[in-house]
Amino acid sequence: MSILVYIEQAEGSIKKTSLEAVSFARALADKTNGGEVVAVALGTVSEAELSHVGAAGASKVFHVEDSKLDAGVIQAHAEAVAQVYQKVGSKTLVMAKSSLGDAVAARLAIKLDAALVSNVVELPETDNGYTVKRSIYTGKAFAQTSVTKEHKILAIRKNAVDLKTDGAKASVEKVSLQIPDTNFATKITSTDKATGEILLPEADIVVSGGRGMKGPENWGMIEDLAKELGAATGCSKPVSDIGWRPHHEHVGQTGVKVAPTLYIAVGISGAIQHLAGVNSSKFIVVINKDPEAPFFKAADYGIVGDAFEVLPKLTEAVKAIK
Amino acid sequence: MKILICITHVPDTTSKIQFTDNNTKLDKNGVQFIIGPYDDYALARAVELKEQLNATLTVLNVGEAETEPTLRKALAIGADDAIRVNAFPKDSQFVAEQIAAIAKQNNYDLIMMGRESIDFNGGMVHGMVGELLGIPSISPVMKLEIEGDKVKMAREIEGGKEYLEAKLPLVAGCQEPIAEWKIPNMRGIMSARTKPLTVVEPASQNVATEVINFQLPPAKGTVKLVDKDNVAELVRLLKNEAKVL
Ligand SMILES: Cc1cc2nc3c(=O)[nH]c(=O)nc-3n(C[C@H](O)[C@H](O)[C@H](O)COP(=O)(O)OP(=O)(O)OC[C@H]3O[C@@H](n4cnc5c(N)ncnc54)[C@H](O)[C@@H]3O)c2cc1C
Repeated sequence: MSILVYIEQAEGSIKKTSLEAVSFARALADKTNGGEVVAVALGTVSEAELSHVGAAGASKVFHVEDSKLDAGVIQAHAEAVAQVYQKVGSKTLVMAKSSLGDAVAARLAIKLDAALVSNVVELPETDNGYTVKRSIYTGKAFAQTSVTKEHKILAIRKNAVDLKTDGAKASVEKVSLQIPDTNFATKITSTDKATGEILLPEADIVVSGGRGMKGPENWGMIEDLAKELGAATGCSKPVSDIGWRPHHEHVGQTGVKVAPTLYIAVGISGAIQHLAGVNSSKFIVVINKDPEAPFFKAADYGIVGDAFEVLPKLTEAVKAIK
Repeated sequence: MKILICITHVPDTTSKIQFTDNNTKLDKNGVQFIIGPYDDYALARAVELKEQLNATLTVLNVGEAETEPTLRKALAIGADDAIRVNAFPKDSQFVAEQIAAIAKQNNYDLIMMGRESIDFNGGMVHGMVGELLGIPSISPVMKLEIEGDKVKMAREIEGGKEYLEAKLPLVAGCQEPIAEWKIPNMRGIMSARTKPLTVVEPASQNVATEVINFQLPPAKGTVKLVDKDNVAELVRLLKNEAKVL
């Protein structure tokens, strides 16, 4: 019985979080029946790019090469994935949590009469029933969740499993589907997206700035460090509220929830609502001039000091070890 | 124009989360319950649409009697009437089926809710309702304007946003900056007491998942501080101890 993975692309490259989903599915297959992992990709992607999905653990990719699916039209993507799922005869669909993934997964749960579990943080327990550990209360707790339906959809959180890179090339099979026009009733008229940036939800390292950065003109220091580390940049809510930084960089309870390997917080006090979005990070570094800032209690490493002095030194020190 | 706003009744964002009964129930001791912050954004935008389009706003919660003060607060902010589906919200599918059942009876033009609840963070009820009703579902929506039967929206995507157009009816999962949270005024609070709040029994009992138990993350160790004049030491620790560089 194969596991199907819905993989997302951005500008023709498969997203890293989707590759993690493939590795998750591979580990799940190894743990249960040892079956195949197959993936479905929608829209324009090169065959070479698709075959790389093999390295992460898939043996085959079904490619629905319909340019109407280049844009992430929610209903159309849900319909396409449902059709491929039925064609494969799978019982489990795995995907990465994302803006589009979440919206598509919910519709799929109804279409496929499947149990959807989101924010999955580790491989399911399958010895005695089927239970999945998921993150809840915005990272403040976990729920061990039992799934009773035959069909399952798992939307996994970043870093739920290590990315596999040693698999063989995947074969690519083109499929054409009949997707009724009603699924394209919502029109995406334009996109306004940062290019060339490392995206926050995908990043292994995040450098984030708060109100302590004093103004948008000082973000060059945050960006310099991020560039040196290959990191994405983030910010606290007031920083995006005042318009110093775009909304998609806002981290926390009401913004993006991140789970990077390293989160560096500069001039952020560490309010509980901010912590809620970052407490799944593996390591946290805090730079704050106030030794009493609550963020230090949630940190692994810290420097008590003025960001404007510490940041340039830190960027230099990172350069020095390269 | 009829708008349905679905709200959750969740612990305040500053709550310390703890569990009781062998880690099978939330410990509500000392916890204050609020309208979910994302639902609050949806409600705030709905109140603006009401003023602009002369819409009627119905607010809905699937929950037991304890959630009524939260519904009354939504009435105080500007909803016209409230419906409570009298049941513990067992899982997303259960909640979505209740919302869809109510929507089928009342033909709302627009169904709004938060992008996700802040207790279970599933972010799936809007999509399930859309699929159950066979209408579009868009989330997370950060801007929503209505012109005739056309809805213009901005949806947040990784690294930016995309602009969409769709026709009513549809379901929107909302987030900031769609509108600013509204605080009820005295007149709102007074009038909320007499606005209708209808209690209905659940239309179905289906669930897809069940929580067996809750767990708390392991406690963080104490922070290792590095002197501000020895920044290279931090980089050394990140490289050799944490092994993240
Ligand atoms: C319902 C709700 C949801 C919320 N959701 C979020 C959310 O998703 N994300 C979020 O971030 N917040 C959220 N908040 C807001 C949150 O409560 C805090 O107000 C916010 O996180 C504070 O941002 P900050 O740390 O940047 O600013 P401040 O609290 O003002 O902290 C600034 C920090 O910078 C330090 N500092 C100042 N100057 C320097 C310097 N030169 N060098 C070094 N350090 C310096 C100060 O010591 C201070 O600790 C939410 C609030 C509510 C009520």
